[in-house]
Amino acid sequence: MLKEYLSSLDEQFVSQNQSEQEWLRSLKLEAFNTLREIGFPVSRKGNEKWKYTSVSPIVNNVFLLSKPKDINIDEIKKQAPWSDDWYNIVFVDGFINKNISNIPDSGISVSSLGLSENSIGELIDFSDDGFAALNSAFLSDGLIVSIEDSFDTSKVLNIIFYNSGTELEFNNPRLHITAEENSSSVIIESYVGGSNQNSLTNSVTEMELKSSAKITHYRLMSESNNTYNVGYGRVRLSDDTEFYSSSFFRGANIGRYDLNVLVDGERSHCDLKGLYVTSDEQHMDNFINIDHAKPNSSSNLFYKGILSGKSKAVFGGTVLVRKEAQKTFSVQSDKNLILSDQAEVDSKPALFIYADDVQCAHGATAGNIDEDSVFYMRSRGIDLEAASKLLIYGFADEIISFVEETELKNFIEQKFLESLPSYKFEF
Amino acid sequence: MQKQKVISRETGVEDQQYKWGFEFDIESDLAPKGLNKDIVKFISNKKNEPQWMLDWRLKAFELWEKEGVSSSPNWANVDFPEINFQDIVYYAAPKSQDDAPKSLDEVDPELIEAFDKLGIPLEEQKKLSGVAVDAVLDSVSVATTYQDMLKEAGVIFCPISEAVQKYPELVKKYLGSVVPYSDNFYATLNSAVFSDGSFVYVPPGVRCPIELMTYFRINEVDSGQFERTLIIADEGSYVSYLEGCTAPMRKTHQLHAAVVELVALKDAEIKYSTLQNWYPGDKEGNGGVYNFVTKRGAARGENSKISWTQVETGSAITWKYPSVILQGDNSTGEFYSVALVNNFQQADTGTKMIHVGKNTKSTIIAKGISAGKAQNTYRGQVSILPNAHNAKNFTQCDSLLIGDECGAHTVPYIEVRNPSAEMGHEATTSKVNDDQLFYLQQRGIDLEEANYMIINGFCRGIFKELPFEFAMEASQLLRVSLEGTVG
Repeated sequence: MLKEYLSSLDEQFVSQNQSEQEWLRSLKLEAFNTLREIGFPVSRKGNEKWKYTSVSPIVNNVFLLSKPKDINIDEIKKQAPWSDDWYNIVFVDGFINKNISNIPDSGISVSSLGLSENSIGELIDFSDDGFAALNSAFLSDGLIVSIEDSFDTSKVLNIIFYNSGTELEFNNPRLHITAEENSSSVIIESYVGGSNQNSLTNSVTEMELKSSAKITHYRLMSESNNTYNVGYGRVRLSDDTEFYSSSFFRGANIGRYDLNVLVDGERSHCDLKGLYVTSDEQHMDNFINIDHAKPNSSSNLFYKGILSGKSKAVFGGTVLVRKEAQKTFSVQSDKNLILSDQAEVDSKPALFIYADDVQCAHGATAGNIDEDSVFYMRSRGIDLEAASKLLIYGFADEIISFVEETELKNFIEQKFLESLPSYKFEF
Repeated sequence: MQKQKVISRETGVEDQQYKWGFEFDIESDLAPKGLNKDIVKFISNKKNEPQWMLDWRLKAFELWEKEGVSSSPNWANVDFPEINFQDIVYYAAPKSQDDAPKSLDEVDPELIEAFDKLGIPLEEQKKLSGVAVDAVLDSVSVATTYQDMLKEAGVIFCPISEAVQKYPELVKKYLGSVVPYSDNFYATLNSAVFSDGSFVYVPPGVRCPIELMTYFRINEVDSGQFERTLIIADEGSYVSYLEGCTAPMRKTHQLHAAVVELVALKDAEIKYSTLQNWYPGDKEGNGGVYNFVTKRGAARGENSKISWTQVETGSAITWKYPSVILQGDNSTGEFYSVALVNNFQQADTGTKMIHVGKNTKSTIIAKGISAGKAQNTYRGQVSILPNAHNAKNFTQCDSLLIGDECGAHTVPYIEVRNPSAEMGHEATTSKVNDDQLFYLQQRGIDLEEANYMIINGFCRGIFKELPFEFAMEASQLLRVSLEGTVG
C-alpha cells in the first residue's frame, strides 16, 4: 500500500509547477527524496514517537494534491473563531484566499510563500519525519509573518486553515512566524472544515521568538470526523522571551500535533496548555516536547483530556533538560477524564534530565470524577445530570479559563463543551 | 568437552569500593565459547534432562537464531557496543558437581569457604541468619541449606535442574507460563541455555517458615550467567524470597541474562527481594556486568499478592523491569525500587503493572540516584485493561542528581481503558537539598556523612520493605556506592 502511495506521490511531484524559484525547487526535491527514503511511520515496533498511533488509515488512502478553491465568508464564520476586529487571514485547502482575508498594513509584514526565501525551514528537521518531509515536498502556499515591536498588540492575528473536505485531497499549509525583538502578539491558528469524505491536512508551523518577544498562541483543531490532520510545530525561544501556547482539539478522525519548543535563551518562559475532547471514534495524539538548552528558564506543560465514545487519546510529552540548562524549573502534567467504557488513553509524560541544579516534576492521572464531588453537589440539591455537566465543565475550564479573547473563548466553549454527549457519573 | 583447572588469578583491578571483586580457586567444567544447537544439547545433557525439556530449549534456540541480534531490544536508554554472543561461555560449573553432593558435608570445602568469604552461610549449624540459602556459582546451584525444616513444612526449595527431574509435572505446568520463551530476545536466549536457578513450590495453606535466599555469583572468565527462577505459591500460601549477587572484577564485560517467573494462586502472597550488586565496572567504565533480566509475576488467583523490592547498586548496565500481571480479582502488585548509579553505570529499570482483574491495586515507588557520569532511567508501564473495573494505581518516582555530569530520566507509559480506574503518576527530579546539607553540616556532620544521611533517608521507604538483614546490607551498600561522590 505504501509503495502505491509513494508512486502516486512520485507522479504528483513531477507534475508540480516547474517555474518555481531555485531554492524552493531544491528544498522540495530534498524533502521528496527524504520521504521516499524514510516513508511514513507505519511500523510501530520500537517506534517511540508513534507508539500509540497507527497511521495506516492515512497511508491506505491515496490522496491527491489540493487545488485552490473559492469559499463563502459566511461558511468560514460559522466554522472558525471570528471577529471583525481581528486581522483574519483565510487559507482554503492550503491556499491563501486574499478576497476574504484582511491583512494588516503596519507593524507586520506578511508574504505568500512563493515570494520570499526568508529563513523558511530553518527550524524543521524532516530527516526523520515523513509527514514534515511530505509538507516540504509539496509546499504550495504558506504565510510568512514578521511581527515588529510596533505591532498593535490589541489586534489578534487570526489565521484560519479551512479544509473544504474535497474527497481524497491533501493540502500542506506552511506558517512561518518571526516575532522580532520586543514584539508582542496574539495569534490564533485554527484548522476547521472537512466533510464526510476523507481528506488530509498536513501542516507545518515555525515560530521564532527573538529576544524579549512575546507570543500568545492558540491552536485549534476542529474538523469533521472524517478528516486526518497531522500538524508539526517547531518553536525557538531566545533570551527573555515568553511563549504562551494553548491548543484545543475537538475533531478529526486522526489528529496529531507534534510540537517541539527549543528554549534556546536564558530567562525565558514557555507555557503550553492543551485540552483535547475526543468522542465517537476519534483519535488524537499530542506529542509535546520542551527542550531546555539554556539555563535559568522555566516551562509549564499542562494538558487535559475528556474522552467519550470509542475515542482514543494519546499524550506523549517529553521535557528535556540539557547539561547546560542549570536552574531550570519545569512542571509537566497530563490529566484525563474518561467518560466511556470503550475510550482509551495512553499517556507517556517523560523527563530527561542531564543537569543537576534543577527542579522538575511531572504528573499524570486518568480516571473518573471522584465520587465525593458528585455526592457534595447532589447533597445540595443538584441533580445527577446537572452535577455531571458542571463537573465536566469545571474540568475543562482549568484550561479554557486561560483564553483571554472573549470571542475565542465563546467559540471554544460552544464548540467543545456543548457538543459533548450527555453523561451521568454513576457509582 | 574441555575441562580445565582454574588457577587463582589476580584480577589486576584495584578498586577499594568493590570488596566482592576477588575470585575463587575452584575447578570448573566449561563448555567451549559460542552458541549453537550442540551447546544447547550439551547443557541439557549435562543436566540429564528429559526430552521435553530439551525440545523446549531447542524451540527457544531456533527462535533466537531466527530472530537474530537485530531483534534485541533497542528502546532502552542505554548505550553499549554490540555483544558478540559467540564469544561467551554458556556453561560453567564447579567441577565437583559431576558427582553431586548428597549433603552439605560432601560439598567441596573450598566452596563453603568461598561462600563464607562472601558472607553467605552455607553451614547450617551456624544458623546465622535463619535463611535457607541456595548458592549458585557461575551457572550451577552448589548447595541448598535447611532442607529438613523445609521438607517438614512441605516447601520445595531446590535447584531448578533438580526440580526438572523430581517434579516434572510442576515444572512443565508453570515454566514459561509467565515469561514465554518467545517473550524477548534475552528471555529467549535464557530459555535456550539456562543452566540452573532456584525452584520454589509452597503447597496450599503453608506459610514458608523461613526466608528463602539464592545467592548468585559469576566466577569464571568469559562466562555468562543464565539462571532461571520459578516460584509457585499455591492457594493461601506465603513465601519471602531473597536474591543477592556479586561477581569478580574483570576488565571485560560479562553478560547476565536471567529469567524469573512467579505464580501466585488464590490468596497467596510472594515477596521477592533483590540486592543486586554485580560488579559495576571501574571508575573509567571498564568492565562490569551487563544485567539484562526479565522478571515477571502473575497474580493469578483472587486476592493474591506479588511484591517486588529491589536495591540496584551494581552492574555496568541494568535492563530490568520486574512486572506483575494482575489477573485475579482483588489482586495486588507492588514495586519498590532503589536504583543507584555511579561513575559510568547505566540503568534503565522500572516495572510493568498490567491490570486485568477487577478491583486490582498496584503501587510503584521508585527512587533513582545518579552520580558521577552515570545515567539512570525509570521506565514503567501501567496498563488498565477494559475489564479491570475499579483498578487503582499509584506511582511515585523521585530522582536525585549528584554532580552535573549525570542524568536522571523518567519514562512512564500509562494506558487506561476503563473509566472507573484511578490512576495517578507523579515524579520529581532535583539535587540533594542545599538547606538540608547546610543544616546537617552546621551540626558538625561532615559533608559526605550528611549526604549519605539524606540519601539514606530518601531511600528509607524502600529499605523498610526489605527483610531486616537485607535492609542493613542495603544501607551499607548505599554507603559504599556513594563513597567519593561528593567533595
